[in-house]
Amino acid sequence: MKIARQAAAGSLESSDILVTMAPGGGEVEIILTSSVENYYGDAIRETMRRTLEELGVTSARVEAVDHGALECTIKARITTAVRRAGEEARL
Amino acid sequence: MRRSMLFLPANSPNMVVNGGVLGADSLIFDLEDAVSPDEKDAARDLLRGALEALDFGRCERVVRINGLDTPYWRADLEAVLPLGPELIMLPKTGCGEDVRQLDGALTELEDAHRLTPGRTGIIALLETAAGVENAYAAALASPRVKALFLGAEDLTADLRCQRTKEGAEILYARGRLVCAARAAGVEVYDTPFTNVDDLEGLEKDASFAKGLGFTGKACISPAHVAAVNRIFSPSEKEIEYAREVFAAIERGRKQGKGAVALRGKMIDAPIVARARLVLKAAAEMGGEEADSDV
Amino acid sequence: MSKLCKTLREAMERAGLQNGQTISFHHHLRNGDYVLNMVLEAAAAMGLRELTVCASSVFDCHRPLIGHIQRGVVTGLEASYISSAVGKAVSQGVLDKPVVFRTHGSRPADIMSGKTHIDVAFLAAPSSDPEGNCSGKYGPSACGSLGYAFADAQMADRVIVITDCLQDYPLAGASIGEELVDLVVKVDAIGDPAGIVSGTTRMPRDPVALRIADLAAQAIDAAGLLRDGFSFQTGAGGASLAAAEYVRRRMLEKKVRGSFALGGITGYMVDMLQAGCFQAIQDVQCFDLKAVRSLREDPRHREITAIQYASPWAKSTAAAHLDAVVLGATQIDLDFNVNVHTDSDGYIIGGSGGHTDVAEEAGLTVVAAPLSRARMSIVVDKVLTVSTPGSSVDLLVTQYGIAVNPGRPELRAALQSSGLPVKDIRELRALAEAINGPAAPYRPPRKRVAARVLGRRGEEQDAIYTVQ
Repeated sequence: MKIARQAAAGSLESSDILVTMAPGGGEVEIILTSSVENYYGDAIRETMRRTLEELGVTSARVEAVDHGALECTIKARITTAVRRAGEEARL
Repeated sequence: MRRSMLFLPANSPNMVVNGGVLGADSLIFDLEDAVSPDEKDAARDLLRGALEALDFGRCERVVRINGLDTPYWRADLEAVLPLGPELIMLPKTGCGEDVRQLDGALTELEDAHRLTPGRTGIIALLETAAGVENAYAAALASPRVKALFLGAEDLTADLRCQRTKEGAEILYARGRLVCAARAAGVEVYDTPFTNVDDLEGLEKDASFAKGLGFTGKACISPAHVAAVNRIFSPSEKEIEYAREVFAAIERGRKQGKGAVALRGKMIDAPIVARARLVLKAAAEMGGEEADSDV
Repeated sequence: MSKLCKTLREAMERAGLQNGQTISFHHHLRNGDYVLNMVLEAAAAMGLRELTVCASSVFDCHRPLIGHIQRGVVTGLEASYISSAVGKAVSQGVLDKPVVFRTHGSRPADIMSGKTHIDVAFLAAPSSDPEGNCSGKYGPSACGSLGYAFADAQMADRVIVITDCLQDYPLAGASIGEELVDLVVKVDAIGDPAGIVSGTTRMPRDPVALRIADLAAQAIDAAGLLRDGFSFQTGAGGASLAAAEYVRRRMLEKKVRGSFALGGITGYMVDMLQAGCFQAIQDVQCFDLKAVRSLREDPRHREITAIQYASPWAKSTAAAHLDAVVLGATQIDLDFNVNVHTDSDGYIIGGSGGHTDVAEEAGLTVVAAPLSRARMSIVVDKVLTVSTPGSSVDLLVTQYGIAVNPGRPELRAALQSSGLPVKDIRELRALAEAINGPAAPYRPPRKRVAARVLGRRGEEQDAIYTVQ
């Protein structure tokens, strides 16, 4: 999936993550701010990377502000943001 | 057993994650009114992830999709059906044809995802004047229909009357729904009580609905779940009586009697059927009384 | 010579405040307090240095304290509770000398014994007469009880009353008497009423908190405590506050006539008093206007000192009569030790307050908290800071079940026979990990001590280290 434009998904509420997807320069760049960085920072980046890979995203600049989202929430927000940023028209 | 059905906004991770511990028999993940039009896609993704990853314990999983008159409902179904929710709630059900349309879509999707045909049930949400009038036809329109559910807020708007706490304006609709559901052999659920803080009002409203014959009641607040569970559970007296019914039948059988009386009244088929339902509900409650009931 | 001073500076000069001395404050004006900032500003203007601030609690409104520390006006800090703004600065090492944390009970105990010496006590008073007869019950900044100020007023070398509501002599209904007061200053305002007490304490809407509160009330009932003579305390937030509502319902249903409610008092406890659930309220601190009004008007609602509340050396205390208390936690470990001092990153965000005191004294100590907050499990292998030792904690109530301290097998049996969802604390730990995913091991580096946590009897209970 190609990231064609900037798009966001999620929120700044507790247990959620706000993901902002933007076109990248040939690789996946992840910038994460998390309230649980010390305990889950690496796990969150890994979840994000894996989800992007599964969605076939190879170039993107991803900014995420996390307030303790569970893994399934992170995956969902990435999926939504990628679809919104993709070239296919939104419903 | 389904006494309380708790609405959860499908796009709120905090609510969805904790859904399993709030004491409700069923969780209604809401993709309709609780989600704004530009967040429908995000809510579907989140709900998919949650249904896949999280354990909701003993709770039955219901998804309220968007109405058939919106561009969303098919995508809603496509997103959630593979994850096997027990029931789909159809808002603004107006007639039997609406139910058949949903039934058709479910059959296609079950087929596409190799799910057992017919495994997904339907709860018809009746919240328009036409829906209430056509409730019986809707209940019979598909074997998938497991229950009818009254939505009083939208209904009173359609009826052009005020929604009141006493609820005289929905008395007819309540009676009609109970009658239609029982005639069709399905369950029937009452509209939620909307004042979150008025627990006394809730008790009255729920007791009244139970008196009319409703199986249970939807809740918009987890704070209402315990009272709804209690009110729609068989009371100790009812359980005691049901046990006596079966004990009396057993005694009669040993003595070779055909007809058996209990407390001066002949035990007939309806009494036995009711006693069986009470004991079944009591048995199901036994497992989780510890968790939720006051 | 009149006790009345024209300015705060005049009072401080007349009190003879010197470099290196200890000054004390109470926290009844909570996050609306102006007095601590006002005094430090005057001290800085007078060129004073190396003061030690001995406050019952420090709130976010006291952020200017950080600047005074950086400039050397303040070099020592002792408190029972420090909220996150100043707490973060302390955790980052703003002070060379470690902060000293005492409990609400041990602070006045150490003041009374002379272990903590106070040179000048600054006593914010919502109303006072010119001789220093003062009260928290009247005036535009009314805060109700002045429970935490009594030991300071009794033992400090000099006592300065600061008020924004000067009344004619004598102020009837005064809590603290003129015989203890050296000087009185009238200022425009001692605090911002909006921050002092909330108008009404609202029941939390969070469904998980309500679920936990309901379970906590069921556990108290199952322990057999809801009988005539019952005495009760809860925290003022989240699930512990909500527990009051569920306990009330059960008491009314069972027609239980309890003895007293204790602690920081909210309108919920006042409702319970008025509904006949209790004979009396023993109030060391008011949390809302309803509690303030009740303290002023209802003779059954009584102001008590922090000494009577929970001093470990008092001849007897209200806490020692307590049947059940429901408290919060930021972390609890497999040995039931509770942390209320630091967050999961090790930053100071609070303190014991009375947690440690009432947990030790109460017949049944219930810690009520959600199993996780934003992916952080409340149950951990080892707490970052031991605020209340596990030996004082009987139950952990979460939305997923109740863990019973292994030292209370009879309690476990009682809960199980009432059908409550009893789980091993290790099960809860595993459940949290299953939901949140495995957390990376993290412990802040132990380089420099930022704060010493003293136990109720002055023992070194734990140390909090600087972060970063």
